[in-house]
Amino acid sequence: MAIESIKYAAPETETAVKTKAFPRPGQHTSGIIDWLTTIDHKKIGFLYGLTALFFLLLGGLEALLIRSQLWDHNMSVLTNRQYNQMFTMHGTTMVFLVIMPLSAAFFNFIMPLQIGARDVAFPRMNTLSLWCFIAGGITLNLSWFFTGGSPAIGWFGYAPLTDTRFAEVIGDMGPDFWVFSLQILGIASLLASFNFITTIINMRAPGMTMMRLPVFTWMTLIVSFLIILAFPAITIALAELMFDRTYGTNFFDFLEGGKPHLWQHLFWIFGHPEVYILILPAMGIVSEIIPVFSRKPLFGYGLIIFSGAIIGFMGFAVWSHHMFTTGMGIVATSAFSILTMLIAIPTGVKIFNWIGTMWGGRIRFDTPMLFSLGFITMFMIGGFTGIMHSSVPVDAQHQDSYFVVAHFHYVLIGGALFGLFAGFYFWLPKMSGRMMNEKLGKLVFTLMFIGFNLTFFPMHYLGMIGQPRRTHTYNEGHGFETWNQVATIGAMILGIGIAIGVYQFVNSFFNKKLKPAGKNPWDARTLEWTLSSPVKEYNFARNPIIKSRDQAWENKYGSRDNHSEKEPLDDHGVHMPDRSWCPLITGIGLFVLVLGMLFHQGIDASGELVRDYTFALIGGVVFVLGIIMWAIEGPGGYHLFPKESEE
Amino acid sequence: MSEAVALDHHEPVTSTGIPNKKVLMWAFLGSDCMFFGTLISTHLIYRKISATVGSNYLDIRDIFDIELTSFSTFILLASSLFMALAVSAIHKGNLNSTRWMLFGTIIFGLIFLACQVYEFTHFVHGKLDESGNLVHQLTLSSYQGEPHVFGSTFYVLTGTHGTHVAIGVFWLLGWLVYSFTGKMSTAHAIDIECCGLYWHFVDIVWIIIFPVIYLMEYAL
Ligand code: HEM
Ligand SMILES: [Cu+2]
Repeated sequence: MAIESIKYAAPETETAVKTKAFPRPGQHTSGIIDWLTTIDHKKIGFLYGLTALFFLLLGGLEALLIRSQLWDHNMSVLTNRQYNQMFTMHGTTMVFLVIMPLSAAFFNFIMPLQIGARDVAFPRMNTLSLWCFIAGGITLNLSWFFTGGSPAIGWFGYAPLTDTRFAEVIGDMGPDFWVFSLQILGIASLLASFNFITTIINMRAPGMTMMRLPVFTWMTLIVSFLIILAFPAITIALAELMFDRTYGTNFFDFLEGGKPHLWQHLFWIFGHPEVYILILPAMGIVSEIIPVFSRKPLFGYGLIIFSGAIIGFMGFAVWSHHMFTTGMGIVATSAFSILTMLIAIPTGVKIFNWIGTMWGGRIRFDTPMLFSLGFITMFMIGGFTGIMHSSVPVDAQHQDSYFVVAHFHYVLIGGALFGLFAGFYFWLPKMSGRMMNEKLGKLVFTLMFIGFNLTFFPMHYLGMIGQPRRTHTYNEGHGFETWNQVATIGAMILGIGIAIGVYQFVNSFFNKKLKPAGKNPWDARTLEWTLSSPVKEYNFARNPIIKSRDQAWENKYGSRDNHSEKEPLDDHGVHMPDRSWCPLITGIGLFVLVLGMLFHQGIDASGELVRDYTFALIGGVVFVLGIIMWAIEGPGGYHLFPKESEE
Repeated sequence: MSEAVALDHHEPVTSTGIPNKKVLMWAFLGSDCMFFGTLISTHLIYRKISATVGSNYLDIRDIFDIELTSFSTFILLASSLFMALAVSAIHKGNLNSTRWMLFGTIIFGLIFLACQVYEFTHFVHGKLDESGNLVHQLTLSSYQGEPHVFGSTFYVLTGTHGTHVAIGVFWLLGWLVYSFTGKMSTAHAIDIECCGLYWHFVDIVWIIIFPVIYLMEYAL
């Protein structure tokens, strides 16, 4: 590599106190130290993706256990408590440890490339988000090994299931682990979102106006806003719950004046925006893929973005459709019903935009496109059932039945997961530099599509004939058996498909025999495809000057005026920020603090409750020290001098 | 006497011209609004539906010490003036004045916190009436020994605000210490400005909390 470099001290590093215990890893660091101290958005994205895929397999395993238990009436694969634990862990894992971080993986990897930036606005904070996410995942799953095992309260943690007095097992710690892991995961999501918002608003290449931003980047922006506005509700609700469980407050304690109903409101004020946090990234991905494989620009760019923003906005005003049967009164119920029906309009607009994009296009059916088509069709079915239960009397029938389970799996697997898989097949060549086997990809799609529909389509029917959700078994004579067996077989097929897909993704980074991808294997349209695959650490050797919306496409097919230009190389070089230990130290501090809080209560010899905050305090001190070191060391940096040709 | 500092501009160019740190701060404050929004709504909802304790009407005025809280409110408002002056001083490169204004903000922040600690301890321990009985004792879980939510919502809400003030005090203290290392320049104006945004925000939240949680009990 013909890159020269010189040592460079950013203004802040001149003042930096070099801490002897943790010298900053230099420019040529490699191996494990590099991965632990990296601040490169591409590596962070990779780690997000890898960890989330691991959790996908784990959550899938939990789902298969649930399905085995429901194979036949009165089975005993799992006890009722284990069953409750399984669906709690499955739901929490899939929402917070799989779909959200997979989206974050794409935000991290793709978004800076799409806007022509060299990194996110705050690279070290980005690393801290990653460690918080991993710490949250570990905390949640540590629950298996302590008193009471994992939480058995559902991913929604309804009061009074979380009330210590009603615990099935005395001293049950499951809900505590759930509370604290969601808190750290919340910190991870909030930090990441602040970072992405600042990056998109402030780090765009010259000429990259807001209305030239790729749709995926727009969706990143909208989702980040949803996260920073919706997560506080659950953070506060969880804090109140923690006080209830640990310090005896009465927020949700109905025996002492609290209202469990309030928990539901707080949870769903977060919960409904959350479902859009899960789906909008996938919509962004699909909006990138469909134009590429139809060889046409996106139909109604402005409309897609506008409806995305409207969905985000209205998403805050429909939460109570999860609570129609709780007796909120006629006015509230009707209002939420109407708003829920209205939100289907911007959602439908997007679907017409995608269809309009394909209309008259020369469509290629490569794997990313197959998954995108799967996304549109499956998401539509989920949308239709959603509109069905926006009607209050209809919902009274659906509520807590398998019909709802069918609805949200159609939007979450058929929608979000299919969209994310489309993204993997589309963008992994850019990450790994290698093409994946198309035949295997199509096999994965076929298995997933068939398995998914076999599993979840029958659930519509099962719900209609009365099978309740969140119930560990059913009796003979209801006629539930056949379709449950179909669903269980479907789940196995889906599981196999996902497992092969995950294998294929991971393999593409290691298998040297795969075909090299080149800069733009799909003849795609956006800026990231002007870069080499895999992308160089500095992304852009020279800052691009953007002239049009689909820049990679215009450079190739457009008129001269629309070709992007490049800022000249200056002798200043490319400024790269230094690696840092501080995010890891801060993250570990937070993790120890949480563990300290989880285990601070004990019973002494006389049966009295004793509190010991030593560990929490140690964690807190490490956390604060990490932040102080962070502030003192500054962003640092060195300079690279890539040659013109090296992008 | 003012000690001049070297002019030093190293702000990276951004698309909007607004520094990254400031956008970050605004995004955070937007999010923080929702944190306090949730807490304040929780408090107000319960205030309406749990107006009694046992079979008696719960008169919060028996618990509150409105003179003290008015005083601490005034102190917090005044601290915002110091904060604004600190920001203006660093922009002008006047290090000496920056230091004094930061110091003033910190001291007033600490007085506010001291009032809150005093308030909390007194509420938790209750008062003695003429005949020496313990009355008006408000804990996290009860009022006068009867289970109630008022203590829960009140302490958690005002405690969260207090925590914000405490974090602000630590943050400002960090900059005060830094100003003695001889490395502070106008390049740090943006950092002080971010502290300022945070401090003013925390102040504004109190301007909502004080009438809604305290004064309203006297108006009705
Ligand atoms: C057309 C738009 C949509 C409408 C009108 C809609 C409507 C609804 C309604 C009314 C419910 C409550 C059903 C009940 O519990 O009785 C519900 C549940 C649910 N929806 Fe949707 N929905 C829509 C889109 C989505 C999307 C895009 C997602 C996620 C990506 C989603 C995820 C969920 C989940 C997870 C639940 C169940 C939560 C639970 O009870 O655990 N929905 N939906
Ligand atoms: Cu919803």
